[in-house]
Amino acid sequence: MYIIIVGGGKVGYYLAKSLLHDENEVLIIEKDKRKCDIISAELGGVVMRGDGTDSIVMEEAGMSRAELIVAVTGDDEDNLMICQMAKKKFGVKRTISRINNPKNERIFKLLGIDHTVSVTDLILAQIEREIPAHSLVHLLTLREAGVSFVEAKVQAGSPSVGKRIKELGVPEDCVIPLVIRNGKGIVPHGDTTLMSGDEVVAVTVVDDEDILERLLAGNSAN
Amino acid sequence: MKVVILGCGRLGAHLARRLDQEGHDVTVIDRTSESFSRLGSDFQGKMVLGTGIDEDILRRAGIEKADAFIAVSNGDNTNAMASEIAKLVFKVPHVVARLYDPVREDTYHTLGLMETVCPTVMGSDKIHDLVMGNGKAK
Repeated sequence: MYIIIVGGGKVGYYLAKSLLHDENEVLIIEKDKRKCDIISAELGGVVMRGDGTDSIVMEEAGMSRAELIVAVTGDDEDNLMICQMAKKKFGVKRTISRINNPKNERIFKLLGIDHTVSVTDLILAQIEREIPAHSLVHLLTLREAGVSFVEAKVQAGSPSVGKRIKELGVPEDCVIPLVIRNGKGIVPHGDTTLMSGDEVVAVTVVDDEDILERLLAGNSAN
Repeated sequence: MKVVILGCGRLGAHLARRLDQEGHDVTVIDRTSESFSRLGSDFQGKMVLGTGIDEDILRRAGIEKADAFIAVSNGDNTNAMASEIAKLVFKVPHVVARLYDPVREDTYHTLGLMETVCPTVMGSDKIHDLVMGNGKAK
């Protein structure tokens, strides 16, 4: 598969290395001469120097025959331009873009950029998991479906302690498929009684997250 | 008319002053505060410091109530993205972007989300006409 990576920073470099290893044809487009030199010294002639948002450079890189474009520069506006030009001008079927400002994810989706990776969001999610400042941790969000998988820890003193799941008053569009107690997973049913320290995994429509947070974690962290 | 202008360079500042003098409600966004000096001391409009591709900054500039958004920063990609946000997120009725690259201008013009101005093509056409006499070369 011919893959063009725009942006020869660390992400672009390691991505190219893995993709080359899997026997893809890879080209990195990078503006900075020093980065280009390092890449070609390490990976050989897989780098082209130039502005990857410039249509002439895109054409020279053979963008119209690329099957996948990956835009991983540090600037969202550049990544958006790369993906849009690749799709609209060069007819590339698949594009993946790195997003730096998490708020831009929505804009990219609106504009038809298939796949986005928000580094900031990934790190934030990791922080939430390690140091829960919010009592509801997002495990996975299916934005288009408006559904999220969340996890909440039942804190001591929360109103949910000692209650059976069916007594919680969980909104209609929420399901609790898993409770983790002392490191072991339990598939709960309505009669399962929640205990302090339980980690409750719930599937919920995004709009009901607040209600769920209140029910499960009570007035603990927020 | 309420107008938000992104970019306080020569074009942005010139346009902002002109619209301001015509009595329009003008807000200018730029990343560097020094750029605002181009507006002169008699400028009545608002100045917002920040990047034009951030929804919060655009909101601060009053984009939600704007009749027009004009993107004339010195970066084509910034102008394109800011205009797309203005159109898609904030539904600004009139969106104009300056794009220096004729190919990019052509692509975005075709997308139909915004009106586009390409100074490269305009300048080239004008100079061509001046030298060749309205395209009729001798």
